[in-house]
Amino acid sequence: MTLAIQLEDLHKTFGKTVRALDGVSFGVENGTIFGLLGPNGAGKTTILRILTTVLGADSGVARVLGHDVMKEPAKVRTLIGLAGQFAAVDENLTGAENLWMVGRLNHMSKVQLKERSWSLLEQFGLTDAADRPTKTYSGGMRRRLDVAASLVAHPRVLFLDEPTTGLDPASRSDVWAMIEGLATEGTTVLLTTQYLEEADRLAEQLVVINHGKVIAEGTPATLKASMGATVLDLGLCDEATALRAAEALKTVNEKPPVVYGRTVEVNVNDGPRVVTDALRILEAEGIAPTTLALREPSLDDVFLALTGHRVEVGPDEAAQESPSPDERGQKDGRGRS
Amino acid sequence: MATTTIPLPQPSFGSPTSGGRLYWAVADMLTMTKRNLIAYTRVPDAIFFSSVQPIMFVLLFRYVFGGAIPTPGYHYVQFLMPGIFVQTVAFGSIGTSIGLAEDLQKGLIERFRALPMSRWAVLGGRTTADLCRNLFVMALMTAVGYAVGYRIGSNVGEYLAGIMLLLLFAYALSWGFAFVGLSAPNSETAQLMSFPVLFPLTFASSAFVPLQTMPGWLQGFAQHQPVTIVVNAARDLMSGVAKPDLVFPPFTSVASTGTMSSTVFWAVVWSLGILAVLAPVSVRRYRRRAL
Repeated sequence: MTLAIQLEDLHKTFGKTVRALDGVSFGVENGTIFGLLGPNGAGKTTILRILTTVLGADSGVARVLGHDVMKEPAKVRTLIGLAGQFAAVDENLTGAENLWMVGRLNHMSKVQLKERSWSLLEQFGLTDAADRPTKTYSGGMRRRLDVAASLVAHPRVLFLDEPTTGLDPASRSDVWAMIEGLATEGTTVLLTTQYLEEADRLAEQLVVINHGKVIAEGTPATLKASMGATVLDLGLCDEATALRAAEALKTVNEKPPVVYGRTVEVNVNDGPRVVTDALRILEAEGIAPTTLALREPSLDDVFLALTGHRVEVGPDEAAQESPSPDERGQKDGRGRS
Repeated sequence: MATTTIPLPQPSFGSPTSGGRLYWAVADMLTMTKRNLIAYTRVPDAIFFSSVQPIMFVLLFRYVFGGAIPTPGYHYVQFLMPGIFVQTVAFGSIGTSIGLAEDLQKGLIERFRALPMSRWAVLGGRTTADLCRNLFVMALMTAVGYAVGYRIGSNVGEYLAGIMLLLLFAYALSWGFAFVGLSAPNSETAQLMSFPVLFPLTFASSAFVPLQTMPGWLQGFAQHQPVTIVVNAARDLMSGVAKPDLVFPPFTSVASTGTMSSTVFWAVVWSLGILAVLAPVSVRRYRRRAL
């Protein structure tokens, strides 16, 4: 069966040295939500730009619904929707006019378009603001309009680049609900995110990428199983005490504690029990933690579990992968010449 | 490539059939034009203030410098206004670079690139909208010219032909500034990059002063560069032809075109030439996907 998205050994180098993609392969089944998880600079946006025909790869194959994005870009563009990292709406146009523009450029008829725009504006709670220039919109509204615009032409595959970055929690859960709704309608969604929580909530399958390579893939459940369900952070007064505490806590959990400076971190499966045990042990040792926190594992923790080290992003690389709108223009401008 | 696609439950839009390609290219360009024109109506103060500068130039040269500039064959205001017109639309075409740089900056170009739209449409729509804006500006400048004492020296038909010539020239320049807009990191830089190109072209030309007042080395440049040629043609069409022996450089008669004055002929050739070279270059700039 044809996959909705298929990448085979994709390579992309920016300039001569920055290896954005270093042999990426994965497949996305039709009608699923797929998460592309990784820190800034990992290569997520580059993958999206190649899949949406905006950028060419150096080598390898990328297909959308069986069509090679580099050989049949025109065909691919009729099948996809893209909501990039920066809500790309024309701020001088109203919400309705933005949808009109994208719909017309997708070659929809005026009648189809009118119906579709209104149903989208309704679905995204933008009917009241439909006739206001989008420069008056809040960040959440712009993002919702941006996603609505990417959906105007009924794309069969939707690409969302960090759809909730920079949104407040309420807008974030709105966008999540919206994405879940799309999947039930049969749209394939590929989304990139820096948040494990987001991938966990939305994605059925995901890959974790770092330095342009896939370092893990599977369901969120299998990924989380690779480490504890919760993380216990203990802050101590100095590094020596932290080391002593870690030593003392070796028996508290099957995974040994890790020390970062004055912080001791334990990945645990049974949070509350371990907290009680840990405090009892520390008290017996005469060590008093200055801070204590029990939290959900973060992307950082996943990386720690997968790679044995923390997320490392050089500033240059971060700029390459996640350009500010300015830098994006500059990058496009430089070219191969 | 042998691939299968999953049957579509919904219609697929914009399939690029060969017959429909031209139709969609035009339709996409009109959509983009309309979008840019709507945007102009939303920022009326920007249009207003962009008209202030050319009016200041009119007043400056008409009333401050004008008295000191002898223009054999013309009253100075008759000499000046066609030059100001060309200068105004030429600087107006910088708007193309600013607009495209803004679209790039805001991620809109990225969105357009992923749409099944014609690759010409983004630039075509922008330059066409800027052409419409220049048309509006010319209507305004005609009124300003009348107010400072400019009178059509030929006839209305030739005056309008002069306006069309200016607009053609500015349209061609727009395609060049599209390249600048797509190459600049942001809209401010796009504007700053465009200025040094246009400044020498408009000021080292016959727009404001007769060429014979310039030093010889500068005359060589000024005499042959396109702004001078377009200004001379516009002046012929709008203010009427001055007595040939008083005009510098002296007219050369046209061998082949007979009715058309040689300046107009060469002004059209220059404009079409600029368009023919710069439009494909800018579209290539837009299309290039690989970094």
